[in-house]
Amino acid sequence: MNGVLRPLLALAAATVVAAAPDEKRSGYDFAGPEIRAMQDDDTANPGNLWVLQGETLWGKRAGAADRSCADCHGDAQVSMKGVAARYPAFDAALRRPIDLEQRINQCRTEHQKAEPLSWESDELLGVSAFLARQSRGLPITVSASPESSPFLDLGGKLFEQREGQLNLACSQCHDENWGKRLAGNLIPQGHPTGYPVYRLEWQSLGSLQRRLRNCMTGVRAEPFEFGAPQAVALELYLMERARGMPMDAPAVRP
Amino acid sequence: MARVLINFPQRAKRGDIIEIKTLIQHPMETGYRLDNKGAAIPRDIINCFTCAYNGDEVFRIELFPAISANPFIAFSTVATESGELVFSWTDDHGQTQTETRQITVE
Repeated sequence: MNGVLRPLLALAAATVVAAAPDEKRSGYDFAGPEIRAMQDDDTANPGNLWVLQGETLWGKRAGAADRSCADCHGDAQVSMKGVAARYPAFDAALRRPIDLEQRINQCRTEHQKAEPLSWESDELLGVSAFLARQSRGLPITVSASPESSPFLDLGGKLFEQREGQLNLACSQCHDENWGKRLAGNLIPQGHPTGYPVYRLEWQSLGSLQRRLRNCMTGVRAEPFEFGAPQAVALELYLMERARGMPMDAPAVRP
Repeated sequence: MARVLINFPQRAKRGDIIEIKTLIQHPMETGYRLDNKGAAIPRDIINCFTCAYNGDEVFRIELFPAISANPFIAFSTVATESGELVFSWTDDHGQTQTETRQITVE
């Protein structure tokens, strides 16, 4: 019995994430070896199928202006390097921060004179995955400009605020109980390093907004609409909270 | 056309065992799920994948509804001579997607 149990216990010990309480850990650190291998192998990582689609869309002309992303921005490998790591960013005209998906659609409507892409469509996920891919390995550095600070505060407040029928705040899981298990899953610290992310549960790529709505539904709260200013404020807070962590998009998560 | 990723060594020595990895975008709808109105979502999966090496079939797999979306298939073969590898995925609609890649054997 003891002989049977010992390797099992050793295995259990190996899967427990050990880290100092103040150390930032990405979802990658919480994932199992199979999922990490899937993320690291460019052929096995399904997120790269969307990256491929985004690359095609980058060079494709659209809208009444008949211009492609590349016509203005050129080679994404150069011009878009590190850009995803800086979003959500403050938009002077709207007087509020917008996230990468909203920025892509802003470009489409204002400069390409094209229809905006719908949230979670393969096209929008493709472009955002292609852009996020250009920031792989670069540290998250959202701007700490004074204009965005009220929105950062709002995001922080939302993160700490209890909500839903389960009356839980984001912080109760992701600050106070990370590394423990919730229904068999390890609770990560909730750093958005790898978005858009290929989630095995979704069998698809999904945005950070989708992930936030997913968590809110989980605590039986009414989720924010896609692109709601509060959702972007929460995204901004999460990116600030993850400052300095390397991007690993498109990531694979359970 | 679905997007596809294929990866294997472009150059190999004769007799080497090479690993070939493929990934294709596909929903792999099982046929067991219901939509939000309660109607069954019809089955739509890739049911067969083959790889031919200079015309000879070197790999064939039948797929069933338990396979996840965007199926990743990896297998190995022996590099015998330079030529082409033809990959074919066939779905429930009877449509086949074919991709061709070159390999150099020295």
